[in-house]
Amino acid sequence: MRIACPFCGERENGEFTYLGDASPKRPNFAVDGGESPERVEDAFHDYVYLRDNLAGVMREYWYHGGGCRSWLVAERNTVTHEFVSVTAAPGAGAALAARAGE
Amino acid sequence: MKYSIFSLAKAALSGHKGWTRAWRDPAPKNRYDVVIIGGGGHGLATAYFLAREYGIRNVAVLEKGWIGSGNAGRNTTIIRSNYGLPGNTGFYELSMKLWERMEQDLNYNTMVSQRGIINLYHSDAQRDAFARRGNTMRINGIDAELLDAEQIRKELPFLNYNNSRFPIMGGLLQRRAGTARHDAVVWGYARAASEGGVDIIQNCEVTGFVRDASGRVTGVETSRGRIGAGKVGMAVAGSSSRVAAMAGMKLPIESHVLQAFVSEAIKPLIPGVITFGAGHFYVSQSDKGGLVFGGDLDGYNSYAQRGNMPVMEDVCEGGMAIMPMIGRVRMLRQWGGIMDMSMDGTPIIDKTPVDGLYLNAGWCYGGFKATPASGLVFAHLLARDEPHSEAALFRLDRFRRGAMIDEKGQGAQPNLH
Repeated sequence: MRIACPFCGERENGEFTYLGDASPKRPNFAVDGGESPERVEDAFHDYVYLRDNLAGVMREYWYHGGGCRSWLVAERNTVTHEFVSVTAAPGAGAALAARAGE
Repeated sequence: MKYSIFSLAKAALSGHKGWTRAWRDPAPKNRYDVVIIGGGGHGLATAYFLAREYGIRNVAVLEKGWIGSGNAGRNTTIIRSNYGLPGNTGFYELSMKLWERMEQDLNYNTMVSQRGIINLYHSDAQRDAFARRGNTMRINGIDAELLDAEQIRKELPFLNYNNSRFPIMGGLLQRRAGTARHDAVVWGYARAASEGGVDIIQNCEVTGFVRDASGRVTGVETSRGRIGAGKVGMAVAGSSSRVAAMAGMKLPIESHVLQAFVSEAIKPLIPGVITFGAGHFYVSQSDKGGLVFGGDLDGYNSYAQRGNMPVMEDVCEGGMAIMPMIGRVRMLRQWGGIMDMSMDGTPIIDKTPVDGLYLNAGWCYGGFKATPASGLVFAHLLARDEPHSEAALFRLDRFRRGAMIDEKGQGAQPNLH
C-alpha cells in the first residue's frame, strides 16, 4: 500500500499514521442551550464510540508524520486497500505555505 | 464413533479405511430454536454448549465458507489467562479451565499444550505493572510467577541479554498458559456439537434478517434460503459490523488486519510462548517446528485479510532485538486476519436492542484463547436470556455507562489496543 501525498508524492505507508474514519463529527451544542442531557449524551456516545466500519470505500484521516507532517483525508477501499483519492485535510497545507515562502 | 486407543488400533488393522465422517452435513431445516451465524470456534463452541449444558438441541450453525475458514484458522494458537482487570480475569481463567479439560470433554485431540508464557519486562515501571498484574492473578487463584533476569536466563538462555537500550530485567510467567491446535479445536467442537444434534451448515451465507411487525428477528435470509429461528446469535468477529448493519445496528467496533508469520521448521528451540515487552513481538514454536510469531496491527481499517510491509519489518525487528539468531531462519509463510477491534479492547457478549438477536463480538486479538468460555457464556445468554456470571461486565451499553474494560488504557482508539 503506497499513499500519494498531495504535497510529497507517492510514499510508502510506513511514513503515515492512521487516525480513522473521517465521518464522525464532534457534536456542537451551545452551553446551556436547552438540550436535554440525554440527547447530548447520545450524540457524544455516537461520536466517540460508534463506527460505520465500512467494507468498501471509506473517508479517513492519515497523518504524514514521516514527510510533510500534514493531515490528509483519503478515500480508500477497506476491502482491496486501493486509494481513490488523497487530499489535504481542512486546515492542512503548512508544507505548501512554506514552499510559497509564507 | 468414540475415539480411543482401541478405535485407533482397530482402524489401523483394517488399513484406516473404517473412519467415518466426524460431523454430519445436513440440508438446512425450515426452522431452528437457535441459529448461530458463524462457524468458527466461538460459534461451534456456542452450539456445543447449548446442546450439552443447556439442553437446546434444535440448533443450526451457519457458515459462509467452510468451518474454521476465518479467524479460527488465522491466529497464533496461544492460550493464557494473564489478565488484570475485573471482568477479564475471571472470564479468561474460566476459559483456561475449559481448555484443561477440553480433550476429555470433546473426546478429541486438540493438542492443548501448557508450555507456559513469559512476558518479558525491560524497565522498572514495566516490572511494577507486571508485578501488579501477577498479584491480581494470584489473588484470583490463577498461577503467576514474577521472574528476575537470572531466572529468565535459566529458562531462556538464547535471548539477547546485551541490549543496553531495552535490557531484559525479568518476566511474568504463567506456566498453565500455552498453545493448542486451532483447526482441531474447530473440528472437535463441530464433531461434539453434531453428535449433540446441532446442524452445521456450510457454504451458507447470511444475507439479511427476517423481522416481524414488532421488529423482532424471526429468522435469517441465506444463500441457501430462508431459515426461521427462535433466537439468532452472531459470532462473526471480523465482520460483526457488516452483519449488525443488516439489522440496522452500528457497533463500537472497527475491523483491523493483524498479520502473523511462520518460519521454516527447525529443531526444538523455544519452550513456551515469549513476548517482547519493549516492542511488540510474540513467538512460540509449533509442534511441526516452525516459529509462529506476530506483533502489532497494521493500524488501518481493513477487511482484506492481508497486511503491508512496514508491519512485517517492525515485527522482524522486534524478533531480532530479543533473539538475534532468528535472523538465520527463513520465513515460510505469512497471513492476515480481520480483528473485531472494540473501543476498549474487550469483547462484547450481550443481547442487542433488536429483539431475538444476540451479539458475540469485539474479540480484538484475543479471540482464540477465549473460544471455550465464549461458547459457554454465549450459550448461557441465548438459553437463559441473562448474562453468565463471568461475562456480566461484557455489556454492549458499557460505553454509554462509562464502564469500559480497557486493559491497555488506550481509550477509544481501536487500532492501539
